Amino acid sequence: MTEKVETLIEIKDLTFSRGERKIFDGITLSIPKGKITAIMGPSGSGKTTLLKLIAGQLPPDSGEVFVEGLNVHQLSRKKLYQLRRKMGMLFQSGALLADLNVFENVAFPLREHTKLPEEVIYALVLMKLQAVGLRGAKEMMPSELSGGMSRRVALARGIALDPEMIFYDEPFVGQDPITKGVLVKLIKTLNESLGLTSVLVSHDVDEVMMIADYICVISEGKLIAEGTKEALLNESTGYVNQFIHGLPDGPVPFHFPNVSYTDDLEGVHTGKRGLK
Amino acid sequence: MSGFQRFLQNMGQGFLEKVAAFGRGSLFIWSILAAIPSALFRFDLLLKQIYVTGVLSLPIILMAGLFVGMVLSLQGYNILVEFNAEEAVGSMTALSLLRELGPVVGGLLFAGRAGSALTAEIGLMRSTEQISALEMMAVDPLKFIYAPRFLAVIIVLPLLVLIFNALGVFGGYLVSVSWLGVDSGAFWSQMSSQVDWQEDVLNGVIKSVAFGVLIAVIALFQGVNAIPSSEGVSNATTRTVVHASLGILGLDFILTSIMFN
Repeated sequence: MTEKVETLIEIKDLTFSRGERKIFDGITLSIPKGKITAIMGPSGSGKTTLLKLIAGQLPPDSGEVFVEGLNVHQLSRKKLYQLRRKMGMLFQSGALLADLNVFENVAFPLREHTKLPEEVIYALVLMKLQAVGLRGAKEMMPSELSGGMSRRVALARGIALDPEMIFYDEPFVGQDPITKGVLVKLIKTLNESLGLTSVLVSHDVDEVMMIADYICVISEGKLIAEGTKEALLNESTGYVNQFIHGLPDGPVPFHFPNVSYTDDLEGVHTGKRGLK
Repeated sequence: MSGFQRFLQNMGQGFLEKVAAFGRGSLFIWSILAAIPSALFRFDLLLKQIYVTGVLSLPIILMAGLFVGMVLSLQGYNILVEFNAEEAVGSMTALSLLRELGPVVGGLLFAGRAGSALTAEIGLMRSTEQISALEMMAVDPLKFIYAPRFLAVIIVLPLLVLIFNALGVFGGYLVSVSWLGVDSGAFWSQMSSQVDWQEDVLNGVIKSVAFGVLIAVIALFQGVNAIPSSEGVSNATTRTVVHASLGILGLDFILTSIMFN
């Protein structure tokens, strides 16, 4: 980046494994304040895990995550929960509380963390629902909502406490083009109007390119590219090129690693009676 | 690797996994206990859980208590009448219920009715990321979800067991006095002279509190550790009922040998 911007989240040499599998192998990146940063990578590259590491929901094997200068994984439970009041997270499924209706879901963080009178909560909830265009659905139960609507309600809930940063976990997955368009617009306008810092985890290149100021690409546990979207679009070789342009073969081979095709057919490794 | 080596490896791995699960379980219980004081301040949450686990379990407890008491006195009568001691049927029914059948059968029914529901609810909340969402909204699931449920189970089960016992005695009265013609006065006086407040009633209540702790811990732990899929949640629910039932029977033997021996 050329312009000098303040950093809100800083990840230093982060390592994380699940069982035998190394998900992150020394990732270092920083997320600027007030911008939309997209973290991209193929399915299974641990993008959601990265969000959970930033939010302190998972402990890393080694490395550090700083949010507003605080080391997230060194904080006491109380301090961590205080920090989380400044965070909003939009889960892939929406993760609305199933036994509360739309209005109560959005009111939930307000009721838990503030002592506002009922009229103020009512007004605030309506404002948040109006912002996502779902004021009309306030009486509906989560089971009655479509996937896109659930995410929008979850977004209204995520901004209920006016957070400083908001994390989006794969917001476009499985959505129709209209809903994708709505979500793209919402993420953009909310970031601007509320002065948020948005971190977007996604592998939908087209949508990300429309809104992200800054993009990090991770693959096989490492950060392999970062920069503005223009810089990444101009990349003409290697993995980033394959990923951004959706090419079927390249540094990521079409075939999952395996023994040789003929050996497999002849049953050399499995001991089964092959074609030989 | 030879078959024997593989057997040893599997044994060792299985053992380590059990130890790890035990450690996780102990930490989990400890963190719930630590969250109980703050859960006490959330009376609204506790009240809702008392309703869900307790009031909704009432029908099954009432029906079961009545029938168990009726069968108990019928069988007791048939034996006691041979020794001309049918008046003792009242005390026999009451003692069996208060000491053993009330806490044990009540606990088993409660594990099947409310324990399984707790596991399924928490397993589903986890698989739909509701628990994660609570954490991200800075609402501690320990205080908001687990501790109120834990407390509710411990409060509710002894009460349900007492109701079970009362209905059981009433069932025994119906069968032996109203149907088989045992003298009503003898039925009650035998009972009141034989039943000891501390030895029988209080010990039964202590048992039911212990079973409540057991059921709550197993149900919550299985829910929290359920694999987040429909199969995972269904397996966890089954495990709750099986582990809690066996646990109740085993713990009952231990408690009985301490209390009545």
